[in-house]
Amino acid sequence: MAFLEVKQLKKQFGNTRVLHGIDFSMEQGEVVAVIGASGGGKTTFLRCLNFLEMANEGTIDIVGGFHFDAKESYTPKQIREMRLQLGLVFQSFNLFPQYTALENVYLPLQLRTKERIRGEYPFGRARRAAIAAALEENRTRAKQLLTGVGLADKMENYPWQLSGGQQQRVAIARALAQEPAILCFDEPTSALDPELTGEVLRVIKGLKEQGRTMLVVTHEMEFARNVADRVLFFADGVIEEEGTPAELFTNPKSPKTAAFLKHTDI
Amino acid sequence: MDFWQITAKLFEGFGVTCLLFLLTLVFSLPLGLIISFGSMSKFKPLSWLCRTVVWIIRGTPLMLQLFVVFYVPGMLFGLQPFGGENGRFIAALVAFVINYACYFSEIYRGGIEGTPRGQYEAAQVLGMTARETFFTVILMQVVKRILAPMSNEVITLVKDTSLARVIAVAEIFFINEMDFLSKGLVWPLFYIAVFFLIFVGGLTLLFRYCEKKLSYYKV
Repeated sequence: MAFLEVKQLKKQFGNTRVLHGIDFSMEQGEVVAVIGASGGGKTTFLRCLNFLEMANEGTIDIVGGFHFDAKESYTPKQIREMRLQLGLVFQSFNLFPQYTALENVYLPLQLRTKERIRGEYPFGRARRAAIAAALEENRTRAKQLLTGVGLADKMENYPWQLSGGQQQRVAIARALAQEPAILCFDEPTSALDPELTGEVLRVIKGLKEQGRTMLVVTHEMEFARNVADRVLFFADGVIEEEGTPAELFTNPKSPKTAAFLKHTDI
Repeated sequence: MDFWQITAKLFEGFGVTCLLFLLTLVFSLPLGLIISFGSMSKFKPLSWLCRTVVWIIRGTPLMLQLFVVFYVPGMLFGLQPFGGENGRFIAALVAFVINYACYFSEIYRGGIEGTPRGQYEAAQVLGMTARETFFTVILMQVVKRILAPMSNEVITLVKDTSLARVIAVAEIFFINEMDFLSKGLVWPLFYIAVFFLIFVGGLTLLFRYCEKKLSYYKV
């Protein structure tokens, strides 16, 4: 069974149909790049996978036995559980400004830990002790993750004190802290100055070496070519073409793919 | 009338003014938040109702509202809700709380709706519930965003309390104006101004301190 399997996913906003029926699956450890012109539906696709948009039709199967069918309705709790299987890193970072880099990484983790512990211990001292122990554990983990993205010396800084590239690396650590099965990126370097994109892409490349399963919407063709195992080309709400970077970049089958690649300079 | 007698009377009136000011804040700050949630509600009749109330309250003079609250229950329905010893004060408080809650609700609404959607989405994908999102992520950003408009509104309230005079609440003007009107003393008028200036000056410093306290992050 695939790590993530999407069948006939459709989405429309009002009368505008954005996704026309996406079929897609990915395996553990795979890195898939999604490319295509703006308005092609790649971001909407990613947002549907993370349930920031609700698909109108289709099914999504996520590892761990999670099944989403657009025809069914789900409680907020069920949606949250499915969401946590996927991490999402945004184009605009979306760090929480009132918290330090470290707090940004461990606070969301802490809320989930508390929820879990409250379920296990009904009340009392044992619960408080468990929460205190978990807090320390989460803090240590958050520190490790920030060190992993090269920000060991910036943990106590607030987002406004960090460069865009550093903020995005905090956002990556924050997403990793939830231990998602699949980490999604929505144009992670599009809001960055060119000299800052490198540090973020290096982190993503490092995650691939650790065997992370990742789905990356990107305009960085060189990155898609060098890092991805597979590339999807989105056009007009469908996956127009997919293949290994070597196939797709050197020998595109669809004329739309060829036309798109001609306009991007690599 | 010598200086010290008038000073004592001013303090007496100013005590009432301060009490009206503080109690209005205590009740209208949370009420405003409730009204702002109401007017942002997805349940249309509720948001329509809240927005209409805010429109009426913001669209009519506070002085008129004071008269309505104090006199209309008795004149139309024969009720005496404000008949007790502190009746006039309570009537003024009710009118002020309703009026200021409506103004505050719009400030809250601006602050909450001014929060970028990305903040909500980031919280969502990190598995936060709606309640966790509001209290751990959104609230402190709203506080920072509304601090300046809030300080404006609060300072306005200090001076608006003097309107309570129209239903004969014994605030600073009501109990001192006879000195001015019948004895022809001009200086007590300016003396009253000093009370307000000092009070507002203190508030200004307090808000500046809060702003400084919150300057460690930017929204």
